[in-house]
Amino acid sequence: MALPSYTETRYRIWHYIYLTICTFVFFFLIAPLFVIFPLSFNAEEFLVFSEGMKNLDPDAFSLRWYKDMIYGTKNPWGLAAKNSFIIAIFATIGSIILGTLAALGLSSRHMPYKGLIMATLISPMIVPLIISGVAIFFFMAKAGLAATHTGIVLAHIILGTPFVVITVTATLSGFDHSVTRAAASLGSNPVNTFMKITLPLILPGVISGGLFAFVTSFDEVVVVLFLAGLENTTIPIQMWTGLREQLSPTILAVATCLILLSTLILISAELLRRRSERLRGINR
Amino acid sequence: MSSETKQILTTDGIPLEVSLKKAEKKNKIKAFLLVAPLLLFLVITYIFPIGDMFMRSVDDKMITNMLPKTFKAMEKWENLEELPPEEVYRSFYEDYKLLAENQQHGKLGQRLNKEKNGFNTITKKLFRQIKRKKIDESISIKEQINKLHKRWRNVEYWLAIKRTAPPYTVAKYLKGIDMYFDSDGSITQVEEDRRIHRILWLRTLEIAFFVTLFSFFMGYPIAHLLATLPMKYSNLLMICVLLPFWTSLLVRTASWMILLQQQGLVNDFFVMIGLVGDDNRPEMMYNKVGTYVAMTQILLPFMVLPLYSVMKTISPSLMRAGKSLGGTPFVAFWKVYFPLTIPGIGAGCLLVFILAIGYYITPALVGGASGTLISNQIAFHMKTTLDWSFASAMGLMLLTGVLVIYWIYNKLVGVDNIKLG
Repeated sequence: MALPSYTETRYRIWHYIYLTICTFVFFFLIAPLFVIFPLSFNAEEFLVFSEGMKNLDPDAFSLRWYKDMIYGTKNPWGLAAKNSFIIAIFATIGSIILGTLAALGLSSRHMPYKGLIMATLISPMIVPLIISGVAIFFFMAKAGLAATHTGIVLAHIILGTPFVVITVTATLSGFDHSVTRAAASLGSNPVNTFMKITLPLILPGVISGGLFAFVTSFDEVVVVLFLAGLENTTIPIQMWTGLREQLSPTILAVATCLILLSTLILISAELLRRRSERLRGINR
Repeated sequence: MSSETKQILTTDGIPLEVSLKKAEKKNKIKAFLLVAPLLLFLVITYIFPIGDMFMRSVDDKMITNMLPKTFKAMEKWENLEELPPEEVYRSFYEDYKLLAENQQHGKLGQRLNKEKNGFNTITKKLFRQIKRKKIDESISIKEQINKLHKRWRNVEYWLAIKRTAPPYTVAKYLKGIDMYFDSDGSITQVEEDRRIHRILWLRTLEIAFFVTLFSFFMGYPIAHLLATLPMKYSNLLMICVLLPFWTSLLVRTASWMILLQQQGLVNDFFVMIGLVGDDNRPEMMYNKVGTYVAMTQILLPFMVLPLYSVMKTISPSLMRAGKSLGGTPFVAFWKVYFPLTIPGIGAGCLLVFILAIGYYITPALVGGASGTLISNQIAFHMKTTLDWSFASAMGLMLLTGVLVIYWIYNKLVGVDNIKLG
């Protein structure tokens, strides 16, 4: 974005103002995440930077809150993490299966009422979570699935499928259907064609949709608040309770772990996106 | 005759047209079968329950089931200026006696009292008479009841009972906009100092609007920068947008709670540059400021990503052409670049607005009393007051608003054009 040498002074000034604004906005976006890191190593119990931390005194830092997170007495994080992973993994599998099938159907040009059906399938993403929460709670209560893992997994499948539908439909939009016809003409049955030809090509879209579904489930708190009993507590629920009642530094230790996890997910999602674009022959 | 001879036949001897239609139909069914599992799943677990919410929100069957004979007898009550005939009195007495035996009469009294003040007293009076077996069923019940209290001789009270006959009511929806049915059945506003829901609706709209506005003014420049920088720089900067996007909502809210607290870094900074005194640190959390700041940062990526994907497609030569034709950079931007980004602006703004209007977690944590939104009220009635029918009614009112915006979004952008990451 270097300016040409003939730029007038006032545009030059304007350009620097613009860059300053952008810097400020990027800072606003990313800086809050970095506050959590140093504070999670705080040796004291307060959620402010102590004098020692400001002077970089090594005694002011400790792993105390990480130890508390893992070994703390009566600590809920172990159970919460176990539940969160179990629920998220099953919800992701369910979302991927239902969402990919639906996306395959929706991408067919023979699909009747495409617009209406697409709008219905995407709706859980658009409808405010609190309303989804109330509706799903009414259903689960009637079905006797409230306060069970099954109920929460089903709820997260509802919330996760729109992402899979969107990403897989997007991948299929650049899909060359002549390859499946070629497979068929060579004697392959539809299931075989799907497994050997279609799936490998749309896999990046499927996985990135799955990542979205995983994160949605792993991060979801509104619906779980309605559905979960004591046994089904998840990481977001524990964070929610902690943030409401007492903000302890242990929460920051958990938050740091979650930021690391989301960094991992971000990197995988980016790599997948690039691979998908390469596979579909989109050059950038 | 001639059309038949012209028909092209396939090798099986079936007309081509029929054969094609058959294949077409088969393909349609195939496509539909692929969508069917998800559609069925969503209809059962999601769409029907939303319908169930509607049924709960308008349900008023309780009283209809309590006084079946009365309402039946009331159908024959023609002259509504005068007291109902003996038959109505007798049916009411029979219904009430049954309720009294099942200990349900209290509920009825409360429900009728909501309809018209003073009902509780006179139904209790009737209950005592029934309990002491003072009512003689062989003579006119009308006279005996009328003697109990002067209100039973007032036709207004009988009309109030008649009004509760329909099994459905919109009362919960009226309550949601601070209105109610008056004793004579007309719709009235509640007193001015008790109109809490209207304040919440307006505040929700206000916060959603301003969060959208802030996100737009912050998101537009950086989306532009990301779209015009060389790839190697923009990929790096894109992380600043994507990392918050992928990070847990609660983590981001927690970081704002740490930053905005009174001893937090933002206040430290204000003290350092001398904006405020050390003993006079402003309260930035548990009010609207906290809600605005945190929600804007959390929703900003949803503004940047659609804007970026639109800006990416605009060729830089268009701006150069505008400038070479004599426009100043400002004119070139305003007349050439900006109009081309309008689809992205529409997508981003609608998305952020839809998400903001239903926000729950962040306002509940950093909003305090003055920063809470309509969603918080719905959660309050679901969990604390347990008035599920009212929570359903408010939820559906919010849903209607969101669906209208969703419909506009669908018309303008198309749901199949939503891009993620």
